Amino acid sequence: MTAPVLADALGPRSRRQARVASVAAAVVIVGVAALFVRRLQDRGQFDAALWRPFTIWGTWKFLLIGLLTTLKAAGLAMALSLALGTLLALGRLARSFVVRLPAVVFVEFFRGLPLYVLILFCGFGLIDVGLEISKFQALVLGLTLYNSAILGEVFRAGILSLDRGQTEAAFAVGLGYWEAMLLVVVPQAFRRMIPAIVSQLVTLLKDTSLGFVILVEELLRRSQLAGQFFSNPLQAYAIAALMYVIVNYSLSRLARRLEIRQRRRYSAGAIQVTGVEDLAIVGAQAEAAQAQAEG
Amino acid sequence: MNIVVDNFDAYVGGMVDTIVLTLLSFALAFVVGTVVAGFRVSPVPPLRAAGTAYVNIVRNTPLAVLMVLFWFGLLPNLGFRFSRFWAGIFVLTAYTGTFVAEAVRAGINSVAVGQAEAGRSLGLTFPATLGQVIMPQAMRTVVQPLGSIFIALIKNSALVTIISVPNLTKAGEDIGTKSADLFGSIVGVGLAYLVLTLPAGAAVGWIERRVAFRR
Repeated sequence: MTAPVLADALGPRSRRQARVASVAAAVVIVGVAALFVRRLQDRGQFDAALWRPFTIWGTWKFLLIGLLTTLKAAGLAMALSLALGTLLALGRLARSFVVRLPAVVFVEFFRGLPLYVLILFCGFGLIDVGLEISKFQALVLGLTLYNSAILGEVFRAGILSLDRGQTEAAFAVGLGYWEAMLLVVVPQAFRRMIPAIVSQLVTLLKDTSLGFVILVEELLRRSQLAGQFFSNPLQAYAIAALMYVIVNYSLSRLARRLEIRQRRRYSAGAIQVTGVEDLAIVGAQAEAAQAQAEG
Repeated sequence: MNIVVDNFDAYVGGMVDTIVLTLLSFALAFVVGTVVAGFRVSPVPPLRAAGTAYVNIVRNTPLAVLMVLFWFGLLPNLGFRFSRFWAGIFVLTAYTGTFVAEAVRAGINSVAVGQAEAGRSLGLTFPATLGQVIMPQAMRTVVQPLGSIFIALIKNSALVTIISVPNLTKAGEDIGTKSADLFGSIVGVGLAYLVLTLPAGAAVGWIERRVAFRR
């Protein structure tokens, strides 16, 4: 870890203060951690018996199948959201009001709902009124409705960040509106949005855990079942959390790397994605870019 | 839509609960996030490491997992007394705090290096430079991401339903179970959320236009 710019080249007094603060902070951090460990130990949470299930391949297989379901739901929802999101972005940027209106309504509607409620709606509400879909399909449907609204905004930001000359050149060589969009604008916008898409994939992966409220057997549900079966909820949930962190942290790193590369490539115009949940901010950036383009 | 009219009071009660949860955890998350962002740019290695570990672990764990891990796993074994409500607030704060920390850190990094150098040349200590020179400038660029974090929090607060804390989503679930009309009750919840998120979105946009500026 490199020292941040703010704290470089401290003077002798500040260096002394920093050393004192370091020691004090280390003592406090270690002390609090030790207290927690002690308390957990007093309750016997480190007993081998509670951890033993996780030395058996069968338990891991059970959890890994859950992880596979999680990845499958996330991958499927991502693919569907990318397709639907592209259509929504193009719809929102279309000149015709009749095309624009439904896209705007769809995006604003589904972006404003908690995913939890959407998944309840797909998993219980729709099935309640007689729609025949599996719980897994209901989960993917809920994730897709929500994420296509978000990715639609991401795409719109990407398209608006492109130089206007690209569209003008496409028109100049005689392409029609939709040809220009599909052959010239969308491929470039898509490349620009790759870091944002990977970063949204992290959010999407985390969100699949909501499948457990409609009893889809993804990673969280399976760790819940394992915790109930072995009566060790703390250990089971901790292992599940660790698995999520490993997958998501790698993806977050990848998104960050891609973003830095992207920024170097386009210097300006890359959309900032880190530190933002749901990329709702990208929508705001899109608004700003559009306002700039229009006047 | 009869179900919404019949249970209007329950829905309004749920909305109030959701608003309280959101405002309380946002205020706390703002404090936590700002302090952690300060840790992460400080010249104190243990604080930097602790801040980085907290952000990377909590941000990459699903909120639902944090909820069950804290309520069903950690709380019974750590010997702290937390009501369901405060446990929900704690988890929402811890989760949202990571996003605030990242946003504030990005804001700090957006302030020109010369500002910190000027602060040091005047003999200010690190906390003074950060608090009196950098933060006031950083906060203006942070308004926009904070707004999107706030709206995400309104929606994320629905997850306290997992640990049975009263809120809009739980109110809807209860109405659905009582009336055996899951479809109608969930549609009602969705509409109630839009009543909260759409004006909040507009308000955030208005605040952004007033205070924020772009570098």
